[in-house]
Order: sequence, then C-alpha cells, then structure tokens
Amino acid sequence: MTREQFRPENHDNDNFLLTTVVGSYPKPKWLNRAQDLIEDDESSFDDDDLEEALDDAARLITDEHERTGMDVVVDGEMRRNEMVEYFAHLIEGYEFNGRVKVWGHNYFDKPSVVDEVEYDQEWLVDEFEFTDSASARPVKVPITGPYTLANWSFNEVYDDTEELAYDLADLVNEEIVRLVEAGAKYIQIDEPALATTPDDHAIVGECLDRIVDDIPEDVRVGLHVCYGDYSRIYPEMLDYPVDEFDLELCNGNYEQLDVFKETEFTADLALGVVDAHVAEVESVEQIKENIKKGFEIVPPEQLTVSPDCGLKLLPRDVAYGKMENMVKAAREVEEELDAGEIDVGRAAPADD
Amino acid sequence: MPEVVTTTPGLFPLPDWAKDELSELKGHQKADLISGDETGEIQEAYEHGRSEIIDRQREAGLDRIVEGQFRWDDMIAHPLAVHDNVDTRGIVRYYDNNNFYREPVVTGDLTADGDVAAELNAAGEQVDEGLQAVLPGPYSLADLATDEHYGDDGEFLDAVAEFLAGEIAEFPEVETLFLLEPSLVENAPGEGADERASEAIDAVASEADAEVVAHTYWGALDEKVYAHLMDADVDAIGFDFVADHEANLYNINEYGTKSDVALGLVDGQNTLVEDPETIAERIEWVADQTPSADFETVYATINTETFYLPYNKFEAKLEALAAVNKTEVEA
Repeated sequence: MTREQFRPENHDNDNFLLTTVVGSYPKPKWLNRAQDLIEDDESSFDDDDLEEALDDAARLITDEHERTGMDVVVDGEMRRNEMVEYFAHLIEGYEFNGRVKVWGHNYFDKPSVVDEVEYDQEWLVDEFEFTDSASARPVKVPITGPYTLANWSFNEVYDDTEELAYDLADLVNEEIVRLVEAGAKYIQIDEPALATTPDDHAIVGECLDRIVDDIPEDVRVGLHVCYGDYSRIYPEMLDYPVDEFDLELCNGNYEQLDVFKETEFTADLALGVVDAHVAEVESVEQIKENIKKGFEIVPPEQLTVSPDCGLKLLPRDVAYGKMENMVKAAREVEEELDAGEIDVGRAAPADD
Repeated sequence: MPEVVTTTPGLFPLPDWAKDELSELKGHQKADLISGDETGEIQEAYEHGRSEIIDRQREAGLDRIVEGQFRWDDMIAHPLAVHDNVDTRGIVRYYDNNNFYREPVVTGDLTADGDVAAELNAAGEQVDEGLQAVLPGPYSLADLATDEHYGDDGEFLDAVAEFLAGEIAEFPEVETLFLLEPSLVENAPGEGADERASEAIDAVASEADAEVVAHTYWGALDEKVYAHLMDADVDAIGFDFVADHEANLYNINEYGTKSDVALGLVDGQNTLVEDPETIAERIEWVADQTPSADFETVYATINTETFYLPYNKFEAKLEALAAVNKTEVEA
C-alpha cells in the first residue's frame, strides 16, 4: 500500500487516518486584487509583482493547511484560475474564443481544441517544487483529468471526445512522469465530468491506464469524482488502476453509502466528511460521526479523511475552521480506535 | 426545387459587453436572475442588446429574424420561470449539458402573462418582414417544470399548452413560429403520453397565425413519437442532422414528413464554423437521401440554441448560414 509513507514520524496514535484536502482553497482577497492590477494598464504592477504575490499566496495557504495539522497539504491551487482553463492554456492545440454561459451570469472561458493536442510547457512541476519547499509535510498534486479536459472543451478536430481524452491522457502521463522525477509521491486526478456522464466510465478507465503507465508503484494515485450518482459507476470503478477514490458523500447526507456496501471496496476511500457547499463549520462531534460512516465501507487503514470537494467557494475563515475541526476529529477517532472503542468491521453483506 | 429559408432556433449568447454589463447590474446569484419585472438600466441593457442582435441578423442576411431571447436566463424554461404562479427553486441541470437553470415549480393557475409577447412586440417594431417567434414546445416546457398545482400529468400538459397559446394570442404578426421540443428526444414520452404530446403541440400551433415548425434536437425521435407528431397540424418538423442523420432520415423515409421541413445543419454546440458550401451540400444531401419527399420550403437552421457558443463563433455561424442562399443549392 502507498499510504504508510505519509504517516508523520511523530504521529501519536497507532491508527492513522490520512487527512488532506481535495485541492482548491479560497484565495486571499489581496491576490484577487493583484490579479485585477495586472489587467489595469494604468498600474505599475507587473508580471514579477504578480509572481511574487502568487508565491506569497501559495506559501500562505500551504502554511494554513499545515497549521490545521493536516498530514498531506496542497497550495490551495493559488496559481490556477479554473480547472480546465489553466491546463488548456499550457497545452498546444487549444485556443480560447471567449466566455460561454454556465448559468445566469456565470461564465466559463471554454476552450476549443483546434489542432492535435501536444505537450508544450510543464504544467505543475514548478508549483509542486515550490509547495514542497514551503512545507515539511508531504504534498499532494491535483490534476484535472483528461476526460474532464476533453468533455469541457469544444472539440473541432477529433472524431469524438473519447479520442481526444486518450490523447490528453498521454499528456497527463507525461506531466506525472515529470512530477515524479521532481519528487511527487501523491497525485490526484480530478474527473468531475464523470459524474454527469457516468456511461463513459470505461473511457475514464482507459484514460487512467494511460495515465499510470510507467509510474512507479509507490506513487499514490487518487481519483476525485464529485457529486453524482455513484451507483452508475460502482463497482465498475474498482477496476481502475488507482489507489484511492475521493468521493463527495457528505453533501448528500451519506444517502449513497449503501451503494458501496454490496461489493467490497477494495481500494482506499477518501471520504468527504465536511460539506464544501455549506458555509457553516461542522462541529468536531459531527465530523467524527461522518468519519465513522467510512468504517461501514472500509477499515481504518483504508480510510482517508478529506472535505467533499475543493473549498474555494467558501469564505476563507470557514474553510480553515472546517479543516481544523476535520483534523481534530480524525485524531480523536484514531484515539478511540486505539482504545478499541469503535466497531470497525465493514458491515457484512446482507444474507439475501 | 425547394425554397431555402435560413433561420435559427434563437436563444442567442449575450455579446461580451452585455455579459459584463448585465452581470454587473444584476449580480451572479440565483436570486439575481430575471423575474420579468426588470426596469431602468437592466431593461435598457436588454433593449440595447435586442436592437444590436436584430441588426446583426439583418446584416448577415438571414431570412428569419428572431428576438434573440437575451432575457431568458433559464433557457427554454424562461416563460414559466418569470410567471407569478411559479416558484423558482434549486439550480438544476439543463438536459445533458453543463448548463443549469432554476427549476420552475408551478403552484397556481398558468394564466397568460404576455412576457414573451412583450419582447416580441418590441422586436416587431424593428423588423418589417421575416420576424420569427421562438417558444418552448408544451411537452418540453412541462418536462422542465415541476407541477404542484394541477396534480395530473395530462392536465398539467394541457395547462402548459393553453398558457403558450395565450402567449401566442398576444403576438404581433410573425412569419414563422419555432416550437422547441428537445424533450421529445431527451425524455421521450411513453405510451399514451406520446399522443398527448402531439395533441398539445397541435393545440399550441393552431393558435398561431404563422408557419409553425416543431423543432426537435439532440438526436432523432423514437418512431412512435415521430408517428404521433406527424398527426399534429404543424407546417414543418425540425430534425437535428448534426446529432443523428441516420435515424432522422429513417423517420422521414419511413413515415414521411410535412411538405416543409427544418434541417438542423449547423452545430450550435461546437466552435468549428461550417462554411456556406458545406451547409448547402448538407441540404442537397438530405434531399438526395429522401427521394419520396418533395419539400416546398427547407428551413436551414442551427440545430440547437446557440448560447453554448462564444460570441465570435456564434456570429461567424450566422454569417455562414445566411450565405447559403448566396451559393448554389441544387436540391
């Protein structure tokens, strides 16, 4: 298994519930202001200034994650504007034509694939190296998955989304090879598009096969799929070549928990234990109850504790409060596990 | 040789200035969306947008000119979303797209309220000929809404049809009416409901003093649904040849079609811009593949609504489509 390497040396409990975030985190207001200034022709604020602001923000949020006591940190994706746009700007073959509607007056700069996609410049190696140097903790690298990159773009060139997704998967693989060379040990592929088109789960599987090709076994690879009908992709997803599935279950009040009980959950489960869409900090007690729901599916050694989804839409103090309580709850559950106070047997399948 | 009439199913993307100005004026939250009683600067921005898009279509040379429906924040659910006896609740997914609209929940009688007629009347003041109205078809509008008042699917559908008919009664003179019915494909009515859907479309169409096109998209209709739709007294049925040409050809050849036809030949959901020659070839191709049909009028159209596109590509598609009549079509 790939998780023991993330157990802190000074971890107090025998049990270890790996705590982490999904990835995105609220940006400090001054960073948004800095990004406005760079657009302002009358301001003397230049690219070097912005770079410095981004470094500061990445350092700040990495540190904020560390202060919560979290085991594996991320820089909160301070350098990324949006999960598809960011990568499309770096990949050869994409162009941008302008914003399109998502809902109401919320828009997305949906890119078009106008040529075969090719690897051009590095995507995340600098981001990883910076975060890694800014923290003594292990760092996770979230990457938007090829299926989502394909599905949320206009495709002018490829016969279908599938063909485009496979080419993009090869590029993601190339990036991960570079990240691993730079020392990355924990990669998370984000595939929110799978939630809306679950019938394409085989395409995502083929993409993942390409993504993990030649990646050393000790590198932990997770897959994040947020809100959707998991019964449409489970248990088929267990065949995916990943170590961990990061799922959003808190927001639906764990109503989908039973989906995962019929067939043994053979991978690690990164369970969403705080809601990313509710701007209210859950109590430690409440989060502990949510964590224990995970034991209905997997034993403690397979359970990762994380929020439902990226936290970027929450007020920053709320995001911090949630993470602080989440880590506290995980440590208390570990203590109770050590003391034998929690029944951790995965519920036996019903007789019928 | 059919007459080729170039047109669109409306629901245009906002020009970039309007995206900025209206999001500034209205805000980004659910509660900020259109309620139907906007005034002042918001109203002015929409009026400005309407004039601009009418001019744009005219400059391009399209044969039918639509109002553009910039106010329709909730896409084809709009006429209900702004109704007094309808609550708008959660943000829900719009068909199989990454777009969302407010779920309209009908809580009282669907009396005619003239919202669509008002914008069409405003458009009519600027368009001397070729004005086209666009409405959701009754089946799709009922499908996108939740009924908490009528209590019976059939009764609800009839009420939606009556509501749309009431809207049409207040229309200015229009040449054509497009009734958008994507739900007939995406959430096909079953036994019995298919016949009712056709009757509801018939009831709405009969109110219109215009050529009526029941336009379907995102695939082809199930055979039975198509056979029932042929019973509705509409002038043309619209087919999405971008999404599925084989099944649409099959329906036309197997069950026949009306004497006019609407062909969705330009992709409203991809930035790749078709050139006029390609569009003309597609018209000829359909005519070749439907030997038993003898179309009087072919409405050459974009297959879907176009708010999916960035504005520059949307404009390019309008230009290309309008240019079809300037190329040789031999059908």
